[in-house]
Amino acid sequence: MIAILTFLAGATGALARFLLDAWTKQRWRSSFPLATVVINVTGSLLLGALAGVVLFHGQSSTWQTIVGTGFCGGYTTFSTASFETVRLVERGEHKLALLNALGSLVLSVSACAAGLALVWAL
Amino acid sequence: MRCGAAGTVAAHVVEGECVTADDSRDELPIDPDVAAIPGRPLHLRPSALAWVFAGGIVGTALRYHVENLLPHDGSGWPWATFLINLSGAFVLGGLLEGLGRLGDDSGWRQRARLCAGTGGCGAFTTYSTFALEVVLLGRHGHIGTAISYGALSVVGGVVTAWLGIVTMASVHHRRTRA
Repeated sequence: MIAILTFLAGATGALARFLLDAWTKQRWRSSFPLATVVINVTGSLLLGALAGVVLFHGQSSTWQTIVGTGFCGGYTTFSTASFETVRLVERGEHKLALLNALGSLVLSVSACAAGLALVWAL
Repeated sequence: MRCGAAGTVAAHVVEGECVTADDSRDELPIDPDVAAIPGRPLHLRPSALAWVFAGGIVGTALRYHVENLLPHDGSGWPWATFLINLSGAFVLGGLLEGLGRLGDDSGWRQRARLCAGTGGCGAFTTYSTFALEVVLLGRHGHIGTAISYGALSVVGGVVTAWLGIVTMASVHHRRTRA
């Protein structure tokens, strides 16, 4: 049952990513893939907070599996982030490519740590 | 079929079923061939959402099983996520390159992109679990592993996505020459 709910939550996350990506691209036309960065950073923040609830408040890991592995996992994406970096390199936008790859990594890891720390402090 | 949808790839109507009028003029692409045709943007079409959802189920299920096969204990190298992310980047690179070489983003190619690409590869790979593993490695004092895992994943993802593109480009090149 947990597995089924996790798969459905993952698909919901993918859908949320698809919608947010389209919504952002309508409003912000640029070669820089801002939507994917925002998606990965917010998803990492949420997963960090969820992991904190399990680690520091002794909650069952079921929710981390369904919402974390499922929703956050399906919502955030590593493949699109990597692909978009390659596309930036191909277009000769090397600085933006580096900014995308390094920025996504630093911001997502920071957001995840912030989510974890926030729950720990509460 | 694609009727004046918002997207980065130039769209062309192939099946001529565009009868839905809507008010999303600002979402129409610049391509003059399609700009005049009214149509619902891709992300507002139930069929497009269904393809992404279906692919999302498969991608998440595959990731769930690989993570269970190679569980991460918080101190060693997170092999499951590492292999998932690198292989997913390779497949997405190959898929998008292959579809792009076969024709415009419409019909079955668009459905394949939404289902296998946006849904499947997107949900199979994960940035959040990757970020959490980096944080937990650091928290357990494995700073070196955390940094090398983070750096190797990001560089590896870009290299494998590029390899996927190059592989599919050479396959297509050989097939068109044959």
